[in-house]
Amino acid sequence: MINASLKQLSQALAAKQISSLELTQLFVDRIARLNPTLNAFITIDAEKSLAAARAADVRIAAGTAGRLTGIPIAQKDIFCAEGWRTTCGSKMLANFVSPYDATVIRKMESEAGLVSLGKTNMDEFAMGSSNETSFFGPVRNPWDTERVPGGSSGGSAVAVAARLAPAATGTDTGGSIRQPAALCNLTGLKPTYGVVSRYGMIAFASSLDQAGPMAASAEDCALLLNSMAGFDERDSTSLERPAEDYSRDLEKPLAGLRIGLPKEFFGEGCDAAVMAAVRAALAEYEKLGATTVEVSLPNSHLSVAAYYVIAPAEASSNLSRFDGVRYGFRAEDYGNLDDMYMKSRAQGFGAEVKRRIMIGAYVLSHGYYDAYYLQAQRIRRLIANDFVEAFKFCDVIMGPTSPSTAFKLGEKAADPVQMYLSDIYTIAVNLAGLPGMSVPCGFVGGLPVGLQLIGNYFAEARLLNAAHRYQQATDWHLRRPLGLG
Amino acid sequence: MNQWEVVIGIETHAQLATVSKIFSGASTAFGAEPNTQACAVDLALPGVLPVLNRQAVECAIRFGLAIDAEVARKSVFARKNYFYPDLPKGYQISQMDLPVVVGGQIAVQVGQGDKAYEKVVHLTRAHLEEDAGKSLHEDFHGKSGIDLNRAGTPLLEIVTEPDMRSSDEAVAYAKALHALVQWIGICDGNMQEGSFRCDANVSVRPKGQAEYGTRREIKNLNSFRFLKEAIDFEVQWQINEIEEGRRIQQATVLFDPDSGETRMMRSKEDAHDYRYFPDPDLLPLIISEEWIDRVRGGLPELPVHKRARFVSEFGLSVYDATTLTASQEMAAFFEATVAVAGQSHAKPCANWVMVDLAARLNKEGQEIATSPVSAQQLGGLILRIADNTISNNIAKKVFEALWNGEGATADEIIEKQGLKQITDTGAIEALVDAVLAANAANVAEFRAGKEKAFNALVGQVMKAAKGKANPQQVNDLLKKKLAD
Repeated sequence: MINASLKQLSQALAAKQISSLELTQLFVDRIARLNPTLNAFITIDAEKSLAAARAADVRIAAGTAGRLTGIPIAQKDIFCAEGWRTTCGSKMLANFVSPYDATVIRKMESEAGLVSLGKTNMDEFAMGSSNETSFFGPVRNPWDTERVPGGSSGGSAVAVAARLAPAATGTDTGGSIRQPAALCNLTGLKPTYGVVSRYGMIAFASSLDQAGPMAASAEDCALLLNSMAGFDERDSTSLERPAEDYSRDLEKPLAGLRIGLPKEFFGEGCDAAVMAAVRAALAEYEKLGATTVEVSLPNSHLSVAAYYVIAPAEASSNLSRFDGVRYGFRAEDYGNLDDMYMKSRAQGFGAEVKRRIMIGAYVLSHGYYDAYYLQAQRIRRLIANDFVEAFKFCDVIMGPTSPSTAFKLGEKAADPVQMYLSDIYTIAVNLAGLPGMSVPCGFVGGLPVGLQLIGNYFAEARLLNAAHRYQQATDWHLRRPLGLG
Repeated sequence: MNQWEVVIGIETHAQLATVSKIFSGASTAFGAEPNTQACAVDLALPGVLPVLNRQAVECAIRFGLAIDAEVARKSVFARKNYFYPDLPKGYQISQMDLPVVVGGQIAVQVGQGDKAYEKVVHLTRAHLEEDAGKSLHEDFHGKSGIDLNRAGTPLLEIVTEPDMRSSDEAVAYAKALHALVQWIGICDGNMQEGSFRCDANVSVRPKGQAEYGTRREIKNLNSFRFLKEAIDFEVQWQINEIEEGRRIQQATVLFDPDSGETRMMRSKEDAHDYRYFPDPDLLPLIISEEWIDRVRGGLPELPVHKRARFVSEFGLSVYDATTLTASQEMAAFFEATVAVAGQSHAKPCANWVMVDLAARLNKEGQEIATSPVSAQQLGGLILRIADNTISNNIAKKVFEALWNGEGATADEIIEKQGLKQITDTGAIEALVDAVLAANAANVAEFRAGKEKAFNALVGQVMKAAKGKANPQQVNDLLKKKLAD
């Protein structure tokens, strides 16, 4: 049961082979045993989880259950969940218990009947690519506990990779679902911007943030996305579109699929062994009937620079509400109001968050706005146009998710620019607002490698199809880390 | 003073009369217990998002149409970033580069009587934004309290060009704007509750100089009197400074109504860098042609058009027409009165509404919308004056009786109280004869050249007639008899 897919769990629950309570208890016990080593969860509350499981069992017994009712999941600690401590990985919110549910939580738990196992660890305010910026300590990669799991959704990635949960939610602003999925041998999907509501998801960079599923397979991701997506009148950037079944095209044959290979993703900057694994995956796709074509994203080399103007600019403003006045951390021993602000924010935020707030405030300030912020927005449009051009020649773009496998804890922590380059292949997708996935495609030195799939706007079903057919032909995604017990 | 020219521009924050807040569903009603009308969005809890209130946008469109401005087909909300405890998000959502209303103008009447003139004030822009909460500095034993009920209340910030040249012009503009926003139903105009508050940008320059002097901004003036006093003080202060050889420094100042003085709040050097940028949580506001047409269709006749019609249709003076269009309620009352009394009696209708009724309402502290004497009743009363059934003096009695509810119509009161004017020449002649016979002394005085004695005799006749004799007939008969 620990290694079962969502589809298998759904069938087992429907057939009454296991109750949600029994299933949830299995994972609760496993978390209790393994979380002290892995640190994947910030908050667990077995009583709450088991109560939700009992409620799910009532629904199942009454015949009012949905497909996912009773299946346990892990929620990234960026989603506000009523009655749960919601920290966003920060000291600033270490004492914050949310009085309301994010739309994602409401849809997944209240509506679909999924059972929350707890809130997963993450880089502070989702700012990081290694999970080392969390106030609650780093998360350890189950493939090598001396290595990082990636970030910012590192806790969610490890929870699923170590089977502390069958699946999890993540959020992705510059690669925060795809990069940890790649480093932990998971399948992760960042949907088109606006497909999943951002209401109740603590904002990092509003124009880039998007929630999505992290699971063992494309099929599981499709099922999970069905429970997450949909128009929400509480989010003005949410898109008003008819509901879709993201698993509808999973089995479609890949014959005729045109795969675009951006020459900019296959040049320097990527570990050679990682690149070899990616090329082997492309060969597999050709065997499945797909063709490849070289495309170009001529402005993609500017994406990291543009991103590190736009994302900090938005973050500097989004994080202003954490001022110690109404909730969250407030410093002791302050004099006047300004002193309270300065001490609370100086002590409540970690170094990376403060670095980005300062960058953001700088690029928005009088006299610099045009040179940085407006210029970055221009580059953002150029990058989006590059993709529009490329998709005239292909259906899906592929390449590496991350330029390397999981690196050692502390290896890049002192060098922010090296850390930022971990997301060199993922960031452009957020800037353009496109859907992107990472799919397991091999191992280098015992560490997982991810293949990135990028689709056109609203092509989630197409991406999931391409990933699923590959996973039918390969078993990379079924490999589990050993030695966890 | 005479060689100085005053230059004034005004920024007004008008609180929009919407049911809920501009970006959340919480109520905007005034006066609730602190923090009972602040939802998760207003409290800026982690993760919450703004959703624009269509009703607030409609108010902005109404305003744009009413001042003949351009309603922007696309406008953008921006974040104005600064820290303050009553600003929960650490930024205010406002509009910066692309406001919802651009340009426009308001024609205002300045001064009274012979000195009255019309002034056209041009508007730069009007934009939508949210209000902040309130800091409460009393009763917390050395701490400050925060009330976020007002946080997120929709505001329209209305900005003029520096067109005004005196505090009188500034006040006339502010009053006209105050009337207009109520007229088109977008603001309740309640200045005590802060629904309508003005900032005045004031500078002076030597007459004839083309460039403007350095301005200082007087913040948060919530009465017309304070607006005038603050500008007058500020102008004199700036002139004194310059005449004593000092330069004016750009600054924001506050007006203290107790001392009647302005004092500096912050200088330009202390001004915040608000780091404006487009709010990524909100899409650009797109206003369609159809939406504008729909709003236009729902607009009432505007004061400027009504005023022109009162002059051309009813032959009223511009001054009277302006007074009668000070509010929609007053204009409606006047028009309903004319509808009963007839267009040929529009002038007496205007006088009764503007003078007698207004004075009586004012005395009792009542509003015209809830006047005890209805327009129908007043129109009926004016008809009886016009057809000589009663004199003006008796009419005042009838009006008083209507006010006190002594009858449903003027006719009923005239009938019941026997106030019908005596116009029968024979009856009046008998009264005149009796008075002349009984007041020989007055008659003698009049004949000796004392004009005053005549008035005394008229008074005696009217007294004998209990006020009901037609005054003109009394005059004529007396003159005739005395001349005999």
